[in-house]
Amino acid sequence: MRNYRYVARSKAIAARALGDETMVMSATNSTLFTLDEVASVIWAAADGVTPLDEIVANKICARYDIAPEAALKDAEALVENLAKHGIMLISDQPLAHPGDSRKETR
Amino acid sequence: MSGLQAEMAAKALKLNIPLSVQLDLTYRCNERCVHCYLDHDDHGEMTTAEIKDLLDQMADAGVFYLTISGGEILMRRDFFEILEHARARTFCVKLKTNGVLIRKKEAERLRELGVEAVQISIYSHRSEVHDAITKMPGSLRQSINAVRFLRAQGLTVTMANVLMVQNSHDYMSVRALAAELDAKFTMDPTITPMMDGDRSILNLNVEQAALREVFRNEDLVNVEEFCAPPRGVDEEALDMLPCSAGHTSCYVSPYGDVYPCVQFPLPTGNVRRTKFLDIWRDSPQFKEVRSITLRDMPSCSKCAHGATCTRCPGLAYMEGNMRGPSTQDCEKSFARTGIPSENLKARTASSKSFQSVQLVQIQGLRPADRNIPAKMNESFAARA
Repeated sequence: MRNYRYVARSKAIAARALGDETMVMSATNSTLFTLDEVASVIWAAADGVTPLDEIVANKICARYDIAPEAALKDAEALVENLAKHGIMLISDQPLAHPGDSRKETR
Repeated sequence: MSGLQAEMAAKALKLNIPLSVQLDLTYRCNERCVHCYLDHDDHGEMTTAEIKDLLDQMADAGVFYLTISGGEILMRRDFFEILEHARARTFCVKLKTNGVLIRKKEAERLRELGVEAVQISIYSHRSEVHDAITKMPGSLRQSINAVRFLRAQGLTVTMANVLMVQNSHDYMSVRALAAELDAKFTMDPTITPMMDGDRSILNLNVEQAALREVFRNEDLVNVEEFCAPPRGVDEEALDMLPCSAGHTSCYVSPYGDVYPCVQFPLPTGNVRRTKFLDIWRDSPQFKEVRSITLRDMPSCSKCAHGATCTRCPGLAYMEGNMRGPSTQDCEKSFARTGIPSENLKARTASSKSFQSVQLVQIQGLRPADRNIPAKMNESFAARA
């Protein structure tokens, strides 16, 4: 049975794409993170309404040469790590709020 | 700057991205500080809509660090509307204010909006000194109250102390006050000329002896490192860039004028007429600033301090030549090391006093960067 997980960028962050990477700063403790190219794709697609497995299938596996199971496992580890630092939200229900869907741009 | 921040800055430089911008919302102010370089009249500030559009443009251009300053930022009735928009576009926002208009309600709102840090100017721990500098009775009490309100919300607060003749003996007490209030402390002996070029306020700068005392204060700097003799200029140093102004950072005035830095009044364009990114990428003035390395500076490239000097290109520009020395920084290098720069030697030879120009920023006195956690280890990497 499919396990739906929804991911959304926290509002308590500052973030900006820098080339193919993304800078993210936690507004709660000012820790600065950088996300690499693939993590940046997940970050940009984390709109709270698209399930993580769909993001991985459509945005990662379609662009990069990686097996879906391995990609999903890595993506889950990534979002859990980001959630642990308070910069991403994870839920089994859609998370969208008005105005949250705009992707980071450069 | 942490290693990760330095890495991001290097990448921004390579990609020609304006990573940091200082945006002054207004030059109006409720204080009248004796050393202020601004004309406080409103000559046509950008509207709320214009500023929001500029913020959108800056976000799209890649600006990450946004310092909102003035004038006094809370003199703008639309300040919180602008800040809300900036945070919606996920800028890392730092504020510079005198804090006089910040009470519990404003502090709560700043916390809700996720402001990264607030810098408040505190000139002395003594109200008779601070209030005489701001020319506003009661201003020290109000500014200190603001620090308390902000700290109660858990916000990072820095108390900024500008050193001048009026308060030259008070900086250690202000530092102690900052510690008592659980705030950070930064000190800056920078009195810059007025934006219209008037240099009369430079008379407020402290003298060499007082500066030398600051530079040799073990509580403020690592004296052995900070006051070490200059190491001369090698081939690698000749290709050094002067500073981030115009390279990864710039300044926008309340009227939409874009400059390399708040301290570098070289006009490069106006966002009311030209898109921010077009100014950043195509302005001939920005291109000229970016083309200058130490090799192109006739005096500094031959100076023993060349590789270690904190020469400010903006102050050099205000002195008449952006490829020339900034005598204020020469004075600073002399105060640190006791070794005169090439520029000071030439001035001595032509009988111009070392004291004829004064002093600028001490980068070495900035508070230490926060501790950054160790690198994470996923195949989709996130690094902190």
